[in-house]
Amino acid sequence: MLDVTNLFCQRGERVLFANVSFSLATGGCLHVRGSNGSGKTSLLRLLVGLAPLENNETGNAPAAIHWRGRSLRDSAMREELIYLGHHAAVNGDLTALENLQFANAQDGVPLASRDALAALQRMGLGGREDLPVRVLSAGQRRRVLLARLLTKRAALWVLDEAFTALDVAAVKLLGELLDEHLSAGGLAVLTSHQALPVVNVQVLEL
Amino acid sequence: MPTATALLITAQRDLLLAMRRKSDVLVSLFFFVIVVSLFPLGIGPEPLLLKKIAPGVLMVAALLSTLLGLPRMFAADYADGTLEQLALSPLPFGLLVSGKILAHWLVCGLPLVLLAPVLGLQFGLDGESLPMLMLALLIATPLLSLIGSIGAALTLGVRGGGALLALLILPLYVPTLIFASGAVEAQMVGMSTSGYLSLLAAMLALAVFFAPWATSAALKIALE
Repeated sequence: MLDVTNLFCQRGERVLFANVSFSLATGGCLHVRGSNGSGKTSLLRLLVGLAPLENNETGNAPAAIHWRGRSLRDSAMREELIYLGHHAAVNGDLTALENLQFANAQDGVPLASRDALAALQRMGLGGREDLPVRVLSAGQRRRVLLARLLTKRAALWVLDEAFTALDVAAVKLLGELLDEHLSAGGLAVLTSHQALPVVNVQVLEL
Repeated sequence: MPTATALLITAQRDLLLAMRRKSDVLVSLFFFVIVVSLFPLGIGPEPLLLKKIAPGVLMVAALLSTLLGLPRMFAADYADGTLEQLALSPLPFGLLVSGKILAHWLVCGLPLVLLAPVLGLQFGLDGESLPMLMLALLIATPLLSLIGSIGAALTLGVRGGGALLALLILPLYVPTLIFASGAVEAQMVGMSTSGYLSLLAAMLALAVFFAPWATSAALKIALE
């Protein structure tokens, strides 16, 4: 159970959002929607801990993010969390395989090349795993990043604009991955301008 | 997984990247060689004067060539989002950052130590001063990478960050410059060098502990 209370975000004088609270039960998926610049990315960054929690000055309860009874800011919780942001987070001079293996090593779970190859294969990058990522297209780069969803066994997925740059087949594939993840009891929070190819979605309008 | 491997993960990756982009590495090495070689050409064949300025010239050139590689330490990872992922890693962020600093030293610092004796010959340094030059550089170059990493992190994402980085970091390099060239000068005139080397080593010990910590704090601010 993920419990989020009273998130507040201010950029300069402008309050992007205040009193954002939601809770997600096991197997739940939250779709964060809003127009451009409404603070979707800021919300996700607050959630995963890339930005510090701020408090609204109206005397509400302080902002808090709890999951399984612990604060999501505990570094031990990060093993259970995966955040894929706007950026492809892959280095153009490394191959898809090297990028994936490095990403996993940095998550503390070293990955055998066999498993990494299998994940890349599933993401439709079979035969391209030894090419430097800079020669791949934007969509293929996103696929390299998304392969981490397969290799890092995280219970909470936080995906920012996950469907950007993906072709029809990849959108379908990501939908399948989400379905598998949710039916296995995982949680997902994502932003997207499209309708999600998943059933049982909770919507948060910013 | 033992935490020390966190350091190796980023170090290994950055070394691999340096292998892929050899030109970046070679540019700062050639810069060092050329800057040092310009002095004998400009000053002319005056052995005594050249010998006297050698330690200072070599140290200043080492310092400037380290500076050339600094903006690259975090810039690419910041731009492509890798730094965000590192900050969210369950492994200690400070150690991951230390790995990057280690890689920077191996790529931009260690080659200078190995090249220095060859360049020292141009200035007529004798057989006893050359090993001292290498030793002083061996302690000074990691110090330069460590202090530099703080500046690189602080100027991350700032427009015109390269020039700002130089302004910020060069004054902090002054003690290293003084003690490292002081050690070589002392050796040349036959005085004891242990004081200079101890001070350098003490600064290195402090920097190994505090610089990654300061750098990670600055990186976290840049990521917000």
